Amino acid sequence: MTFVVNTDADRAEMLAAIGVQQIEDLFHDVPAAHRFPQLDLPPALTEAEVLADLRAMADRNADLEGNVSFLGAGAYHHFIPTLVDFVISRSEFYTSYTPYQPEVSQGTLQALFEYQTMIATLSGMEVSNASHYDGATSTAEGVIMALHLTRHKRTRIVMAPTVHPQYRAVVRTYLQGYDLEFVGEDLPPFDYLDALTELIDDNTACVVVQNPDFLGAIQSPARLQELADAVHAHKALFLVVANPISLGLLTPPGEYGADIYAGEGQATGNALNFGGPYLGLFACRMAHVRKSAGRIVGETVDVEGKRGFVLTLVAREQFIRREKASSNICTNQNLNALACAVYLTALGKQGLRQVAQSCTDNAHYLASRIQELPGYEVLNPGHFFHEFVVRCPEPVSAINDYLLHEKNIVGGYDLGQDYPELGDNVMLLCTTELNTPEQMDRLVEGLRERSEAHGA
Amino acid sequence: MALNINRPEPTLFEKSRPGRRGVRPPVYDVPRADLPQEFLRQDLPLPELAERDVVSHYVRLSRKNYGVDLGFYPLGSCTMKYNPKVNEVAARMRGFVDIHPLQPVETVQGALELMVRLQEMLAEISGFQSVTLQPSAGAHGELTGVLVIRKYLQDIGEGQRDIILIPDSAHGTNPATTSMAGLKAVEIQSDEDGNADLRSLQAVLDKYPGRIAGLMITNPNTLGLFEAHIQEICQMIHDAGGLVYGDGANLNAIMGILRPADVGIDIMHFNLHKTFSTPHGGGGPGAGPVGCVEKLAPYLPGPIPQRQEDGSLDWAMPAKSIGRIRSFWGNFGVLVRAYTYIRMHGAEGLREVSENAVLNANYLMHHVKRTYPVPYGHRTCMHEFVAQGKLPDAPDVHALDIAKRLIDLDNAHPPTIYFPLIVPEALMIEPTETESKETLDQFVADLEQIAQEARTDPELLHEAPHNAPVRRLDEVQAARRPILSYIMELQQQG
Repeated sequence: MTFVVNTDADRAEMLAAIGVQQIEDLFHDVPAAHRFPQLDLPPALTEAEVLADLRAMADRNADLEGNVSFLGAGAYHHFIPTLVDFVISRSEFYTSYTPYQPEVSQGTLQALFEYQTMIATLSGMEVSNASHYDGATSTAEGVIMALHLTRHKRTRIVMAPTVHPQYRAVVRTYLQGYDLEFVGEDLPPFDYLDALTELIDDNTACVVVQNPDFLGAIQSPARLQELADAVHAHKALFLVVANPISLGLLTPPGEYGADIYAGEGQATGNALNFGGPYLGLFACRMAHVRKSAGRIVGETVDVEGKRGFVLTLVAREQFIRREKASSNICTNQNLNALACAVYLTALGKQGLRQVAQSCTDNAHYLASRIQELPGYEVLNPGHFFHEFVVRCPEPVSAINDYLLHEKNIVGGYDLGQDYPELGDNVMLLCTTELNTPEQMDRLVEGLRERSEAHGA
Repeated sequence: MALNINRPEPTLFEKSRPGRRGVRPPVYDVPRADLPQEFLRQDLPLPELAERDVVSHYVRLSRKNYGVDLGFYPLGSCTMKYNPKVNEVAARMRGFVDIHPLQPVETVQGALELMVRLQEMLAEISGFQSVTLQPSAGAHGELTGVLVIRKYLQDIGEGQRDIILIPDSAHGTNPATTSMAGLKAVEIQSDEDGNADLRSLQAVLDKYPGRIAGLMITNPNTLGLFEAHIQEICQMIHDAGGLVYGDGANLNAIMGILRPADVGIDIMHFNLHKTFSTPHGGGGPGAGPVGCVEKLAPYLPGPIPQRQEDGSLDWAMPAKSIGRIRSFWGNFGVLVRAYTYIRMHGAEGLREVSENAVLNANYLMHHVKRTYPVPYGHRTCMHEFVAQGKLPDAPDVHALDIAKRLIDLDNAHPPTIYFPLIVPEALMIEPTETESKETLDQFVADLEQIAQEARTDPELLHEAPHNAPVRRLDEVQAARRPILSYIMELQQQG
């Protein structure tokens, strides 16, 4: 079925008005040899049939309603209040487009202005944009901004080994058209700050760290401020990636010298969705905003002096500057940014702090239980937020198979592919506020059973 | 009585009251883990509202927005078609929405199945050999495509090729993408019929021998016209050693009418949020999958889901991939909606979509050009056309005034204005196939009324909109003295 409105009678009337015999005649400019190909697509389905087809595929996935998860690594299973989906399901929001006509888009614009305010507050930065595609591309846009700010005269990008491996990969993909040198990624992942500082020189455009980092570790703000000072001594830019949930509790990047904040906004109000759509959080200093990428909403007044909101600083953007634009990005991840704003509002100051505290409490409870198990060792040498690294007595895949089939648990992330230097059998575990003590005890039980079976 | 939508809605921060609580997260009985004080933030000035107030705030804001569900949205180049409601149910199925992207692959076979099927269907619609679903938007697909072209050329020893040709009617994303990929954009002019000018093209090809990496072309182009010489253009680029990137923004005109690969396009993005009915969301999320011919397939970003010999599905990284273009696998929730749409249509349905999109545009153009100049109105248009918001007997009235007056009349969202850049005072109008003849007739009547008002009462237009949540906004002040957050508003008030 289609959603076309015209009837045969409508079509006949319209064709007659135009003075054309049949619809096919409208396509006379299309090369005749290739016109009207027979497409080999599956037959059309009715709504009932397509829902059954989709249900069959959805049912082949092990969803986290029926299973317990300790998987994080950049995507997090948090509770999403019912009102978030209620708001983003308002069709005035989801069936609108980019607010080119601000007079009939004040809903989107004000919501984004409020979103920008909350992200600036959360990150401790002066100004937030209206979001990027995801945390990885937001990081890449931040690095590009640093290149613009150093006038494309510097060619070194320093990245800590514990920036999310996929973010580092995306930065390298985005920047393959430039002649750049990427350093720092091969430093020891639990002890890199001093060595990273050594790598900064006068040719460095940008230094990228993540805190809490990919392995869950948190650095002290004082230590990161020292790093920021070293970055600034070389007139380079300091980019910090951080999980927004952690910022409910931890000192924000703006308070330890970050010039650019990038983050994955999924955890705040967006479902896991098998990896997308998510949103990239992005904030920076006011002095740098005119070199930044992406949509920004600003406040102004109308001809009667009434407060209103518009897209602003558009002279940076592709539709004005074309090849001289700061980026090619057009839109933001608007509906995801709206979900993030609604989530932060619904939880508010006390709620977000509570979520962050529960995540930490759970992770530390779980880590202490696992540390007691024979054959397992928690590797994080310092403080961590809601993720930590565990060395297991056998391959991670074997443990995860057992947990899934015997305990209905989706286990941790196998770090072997990204951090071979940590050795074999190393797993990244994550807890959120959704993990109950019973679930954590069940995981510990499963791990114990494996190690006993393994004779540890 | 309905709440007046023109009444200002205070910001969340103005509504916040200390100590007020919204949703309470779950808290379980585990020991408290206190991190060192020096790691903790002192202050967290997020708003404090009760759930009831959060809901009314956003519902009130929503009413200050115009959306496709409210009415006609002929925003040229954006394909604002109806978003079927079944898409939303599909994307919210528990087995799609509540799965982690890094789960073991055997636990997400249904998700990979959907992705592989969508790849196959997009390949069939376009004629390409391979498709990646990873790019998150049209511009993201463009960056992917140009990086693929660049890497391919380097691999075959043609890395000195550094120029991408772009018609002057192109979207700004095309030249911006080219710069972002480290290549140079060179403009091709349009001819008097609105096609890319073959003489201009030949002159540039002659000027830069051995330096042409490729051409980015939108077809139908942004004037709403089918590039009459598309095969010749692709041949010229190939003969010059370059590759052709197709900007798929306007695919809604040619599904089942022409497969882009058949006329020589090498690589192209799809805008699932335009052609395949996934909602625009106020500006994202979209999705911009990229399809390409066989020789470019090894360069696509990945991992890409593939069928294995035993019938199972697994991820595979193309051999010479440019790398990841984003985290995880793509905007999966958007992919589910597009899959749903294509399955409901089938081959005949998709052709019917394009036929009616083009019929509606031609019908509208036929009537609009009686009142407004349509520079290429002598040709048959495709899914959209570009008129001009300038009337010979109302010289002070501009496209902007006409757009704002349309808001007052309250039957339609204004069209795209001032794009493409090569048409002064452009009104770019795209009706889509999901609008009725009555809606199109009403839009014509509104435009005719506005033309009449432009002659008799131009002030009415200059001061429009009169009936909207806000009147015309001072965009110059917004850019000169930026207020980008409520904190900055407070600072400016001193």
